[in-house]
Formats: sequence, C-alpha cells, structure tokens
Amino acid sequence: MSDEKKSRDASTGAALKSKNSVLMAKLFSAIVLMFGFGYALVPLYDVLCEVTGINGRLVNDNREASTAVDESRMVRLQFTTSVAPGMPWQFKPKVNYVDVHPGENTVVYFKATNQSNLAVTGQAVPSVSPGIASLYLNKTECFCFEQQILNSGESVDMGLVFFISPEIPQDIRTLTLSYTLFNVTQPISKPSGDLQAAL
Amino acid sequence: MSTLSAIDEHNDHHDHKPKGMMRWILTTNHKDIGTMYLIFSFLMFLIGGAMAMIIRAELYQPGLQIVEPNFFNQMTTVHGLIMVFGAVMPAFTGLANWLIPMMIGAPDMALPRMNNWSFWILPMAFAILLSSLFMEGGGPNFGWTFYAPLSTTYAPDSTALFVFSIHIMGISSILGAINVVVTIINMRAPGMSYMKMPLFVWTWLITAFLLIAVMPVLAATVTMVLTDKYFGTSFFAAAGGGDPVLFQHIFWFFGHPEVYIMILPSFGIISAIVPAFSRKKLFGYSSMVYATASIALLSFVVWAHHMFTTGMPVAAELFFMYCTMLISVPTGVKVFNWVATMWRGSLTFETPMLFAIAFIVLFTIGGFSGLMLAITPADFQYHDTYFVVAHFHYVLVTGAIFSIMAAAYYWLPKWTGNMYNESLGKLHFWASLISVNVLFFPMHFLGLAGMPRRVPDYALQFADFNQLVSIGGFAFGLSQLIFLVVVIKCARGGEKAPAKPWEGAEGLEWDMPSPAPYHSHTTPPVIK
Repeated sequence: MSDEKKSRDASTGAALKSKNSVLMAKLFSAIVLMFGFGYALVPLYDVLCEVTGINGRLVNDNREASTAVDESRMVRLQFTTSVAPGMPWQFKPKVNYVDVHPGENTVVYFKATNQSNLAVTGQAVPSVSPGIASLYLNKTECFCFEQQILNSGESVDMGLVFFISPEIPQDIRTLTLSYTLFNVTQPISKPSGDLQAAL
Repeated sequence: MSTLSAIDEHNDHHDHKPKGMMRWILTTNHKDIGTMYLIFSFLMFLIGGAMAMIIRAELYQPGLQIVEPNFFNQMTTVHGLIMVFGAVMPAFTGLANWLIPMMIGAPDMALPRMNNWSFWILPMAFAILLSSLFMEGGGPNFGWTFYAPLSTTYAPDSTALFVFSIHIMGISSILGAINVVVTIINMRAPGMSYMKMPLFVWTWLITAFLLIAVMPVLAATVTMVLTDKYFGTSFFAAAGGGDPVLFQHIFWFFGHPEVYIMILPSFGIISAIVPAFSRKKLFGYSSMVYATASIALLSFVVWAHHMFTTGMPVAAELFFMYCTMLISVPTGVKVFNWVATMWRGSLTFETPMLFAIAFIVLFTIGGFSGLMLAITPADFQYHDTYFVVAHFHYVLVTGAIFSIMAAAYYWLPKWTGNMYNESLGKLHFWASLISVNVLFFPMHFLGLAGMPRRVPDYALQFADFNQLVSIGGFAFGLSQLIFLVVVIKCARGGEKAPAKPWEGAEGLEWDMPSPAPYHSHTTPPVIK
C-alpha cells in the first residue's frame, strides 16, 4: 500500500474506502442493468411497433373476415415486391394495385418462380407504407404466414386475402404493401452471408 | 502538527517513483494518468487527422484519383471512430484526471488502480482497431455509426476486431466514469458542497452519469452486431424476424447522449476560462448547473431526430422535433451566461480566452445548424448531406476540440510549471480559426446544394467548394503541429509560472504551486 494512502487512512481511510467500494458496486450494477436494457430494447421495440404501427410492420393477422363494408369511399392498395440478395426466385404481384372499399374482402395473387437448380425455401416479409396504415390492413390469409418450398424451376401463385378496416382515416387514400422474399433454405438462424456462400 | 510534517516527509520520500517505462505502466497517480490520456488523445488526433487529410485529398477534385472507394470508406469510418473514442473522449478523461482531484481538494482519484487499467486498455483497443485496416478485405467501412446490414451482412471479415475494440473502449470509458463519480461524490474536501463545485467538476459528474447510462447500451449494440454476423442471430435481419431500423433506434439511444458526453465537459472548461479572463464571477452559476442537467436529461428523448427519414409516424416526428428544439433553451442559457460574464468585464485576450470566445461563437453556429436539422420537413432535404457534416464538425471541432485546446493553454502552466509561448499560441489560434472556417463553412453550401456525405466522388458543380474545403483542411491539419511545438517547448522549459498565472483565475488548483506537486492536497484544503 502506498504511503499516500496510509496518510489518508490516518484520518478518514477505512471509512472512505468502504464508502468508495459501496458506491462503486452500485455503479457497476447500474452498468449491468443498462447492458440488459440495451437487449430489452429489442422486445420493447416490437411491442411499441405493434401498439403504434410504427415502421409499417403488419400486425393484424387476425384471420377473421370482415363483416361491415364502407361503400362510401375507395382505397387503393398498391403492391410491390423484391427479393433479398441470395434469393434466386422471381417474385411479382399479378396485379399492381387494387381499388377496394374499406371492409371489402379481397383476394390477390403473387407469382413466384424458382430460377435456380436447387430446391429453395422462401419466407416473405411484409411492410406497409405509410407505416400508420399498417394498423388498418388486415390479412385473413397470406402466403407470408408460412414458408414456401419450390423445387428447381417450379412456379406457384401465392394468395393473399385481406380487407382494409373501415376505421382507416379519411386522409389515407393509397397504401403500399411491399413484400421482400428471403432465402431461408438453411435454418433461419444462419446469417445471410453464409446463405450467399451456399448458393 | 508533528504528524502532518511526518506525512510530508513520507510523501517526499514517495516521490521517488520507479524510473523509465515502469513508472508509466504501473502508475496510479492521477497526474501521470491524466498526462498519458492527454498524450494518447493527441496522438489519436494526429492519426485521425491524417485520415481526414486522405479524405480531403481524394475530394480535392471530382473523380477517383488517390484511393479506392472501399479504402475511402474505411478512412471515413475509422476517422470518425478515432476522433470520437480516441481523441475527444480520452482528452476529456485526461483533463478530468488532472483537474478533478485538484479542484475538489482530494489527494488523488478515488480508485487509482482502476484508473491505471482504464487508461492502459485504451491503446490495446486502438491497436486492434487500426490493425484491422491491414487485414485482408480491409477494416470497418460502414461508417462510424455502423448501421446494420452494412455492419452485418455486407461487412468485411475484420468486423469482429471492430466489435472487440469498441467493447474495450467502452469498458475504458465506463471505468473512467465510475472513477469520476466516486471521486466527486466521496472525496470532496470538507465544506465543498455540491453547489460550490467548479463547473468543470459539475459537467464531468453529469457526463459520467451519461457514460454509465449509455456506454453499456453501445456494448449491447455491438454485441448484437457480432452475434448477427457470426453466430446466426437475427436482431437486425428481416429474414429471421429482426429489423434493421431497430439497429438505428438502439444505436442512437446511445448515440445522442454520446454527443453530449463530448460537449458537456467543454461547457465546464469554458465556464472556468471566460470568468478568469473577464475578471468577473461566472454569471448565473446555478442556472449553469441546472442547464447542464436538463441537457443531459433531454438527451435521452431526442434520439430519433437522426432517423426522420426512416418512415416514422408524423406524431413521433413532431415529438422528436419539439424535444430537440427544446434543448436549445438550456444551451441558450449557457451561451447567454458566458456572454453576460464577459459583459463589462475587464477582458484580456490570452490564447485560452481566444479559444474560449471562438468556442462560444462557432459552437453557436453549430447549434443553429443543428436547430435547422431538427426541423423535420427541412431535414428530409439536409439528411445525409454535407450540411450534416458541417453541423457536427462545428460542434465537435470548433466546439469540443477548441475547448480542449483552450483547457490545454489555460492549465499548461499548472501542469508543467512553465508558461507556454504566447505568440506561438496566438499563431496557433489564428491559423486554426481561419483554416477551420475555410474547412467547414463551405460544407454548409455543399450540403444545401445536395452533395451527399460519405462519397469518394461527386458531381462537377461541387468541385470549386470542395477544393476550397480541402485547402482549409490541409491548413487546419498543419496548424495543429504548431500546438505540438508549443506543448513540447512548454514542457521543456520557458518562463517559470507562478502558482496563479492568470489574474482572474479561481479554484483550488491555483492555490497549489506550479508545477503541481506529485500528490495533490495531502491535507484537505479549507473551503471558504
């Protein structure tokens, strides 16, 4: 122990030392807590997105058809598709948009073709713009609820049954529903870098 | 009395510290560690600055002439990381180490051994980060904000080194922050109540709490990047149910308090220097304390103003816009307090004061451009342009760095026992002031005209302004070598400094002889 510490010990030493250790321990636990908080932000973010519709994540997978139709107005729903890097499928909506009454049950199809010479499993991830509109888009059936497996060269028409809630605000006249297809041939948990390498 | 003199003899004896390298490796003395932090941060400032020179050389003309785009990206990324984590933050920690024990009447930092560790792991972290530049595939090239998926799916193989170096830097900052908090709360001299602490101590106490709150969140973020890239998790990968936008939320939850970590200690420095050279008490001491605390609290509810263009609901954009604008109120309080302190003071313009005044003016310009960026609809135009680059360089270079320069000139006589060369100091100041504005002011116009940031090449209409900016950049880089000369000359010798070289200076550190003895206040001073 250094002499300088001894000199402090003479007056305040031992008491000060234990006071320092207690405070240090408290601060270290604050740090562990904040590290945990960093991870807690992940589920918190999901909950927040569900409640507020931030980010256009589709949340209304209630799978119950609509009953009330608001025939006084029309809403246009546009479709756009893309495939993630490493996904060897062609993926297109059969129609580019539909005009529907809020509350009207509607079916649309998307066509996917596996252009590779391997069987590939795909998972579509939806997103809605404007984000707030995701609260009013209800899917009763969707190919995105499960994964699709296509053999080499195989094509499939994938259906989506949806309705737009009659409660949708008057000022939202056009919505865009976007699907991105991901290659999930390996277990989902593999990072996509490996997926690209596997192809 | 006899016991006291015995202690003094003891301490004299203890001054015979180990010679050579071992003194610096084993030291637990707050002044030694402070010096090492300051030297290290200046070294990093030069390395990060050299990278900025490469960036500006490439941007001197449109087209690609000097470096490959991938290397250019590595330079912008590592320049940012080094300046933030290697230059500004360690410089403040160094100042805290040197000054806080002297200012509050403590003999040393509360946890000297931890202090030694928190410094010595820092060179390791930067050795890891810099070595990644020489790996196959190159170093980090995804910007210092390392947005996923750039830092996960598309990142170079060396990303693990980047992640570990950030972990170590984070641990270093956290240890430093804990030490500062424990020192300030437990080691103040009797009679030094919280509202009697110098503002530098206050601002550092609040900064340390910010560090403790957000550095672990940064550690969590980089850990998620690490597991997403190497261990198959999907925090930020949409295919596995994650969300890349989530990355931005977590990162900026750390990132916004981080920018205040890099400016609050500056406020403390300026609040010490302006009264000293105005020969007046600081105007509005307690409002300064409350303003600092409110800035720190507000910093936790503004993070999404970095993300206005990610497609948030209008209500959220408005919330973050108004909260951001609210921050200009406590910041304005500070600026007005400094100006009011100078009002009718008997001012002299030594180098520290010149840097402090330049800080007030130029930091305010940076604040105003920040206010412009806070306006959501306007931000859609400014986002990711050189306007943003101009904004954060005004607050970080003419803000944080200028305040560190001011602090260095102000306390150099206390640290070395010698006066620095005033005319060289003034030369450094004027060269820096002019070149820094030639460097960063035209960037505002480039940004408003639509030049995107982080590009190695640009459209022809931006050529003239970019040339001007590059010339300013080279001049600013060279000007900093004057500072190196001043510090070396001052450390080697020069006119002997009295205990209090500045007539209007206040604080316990000026009651000690210059250079400050190896052990500060071995007996607690009396606080009036």
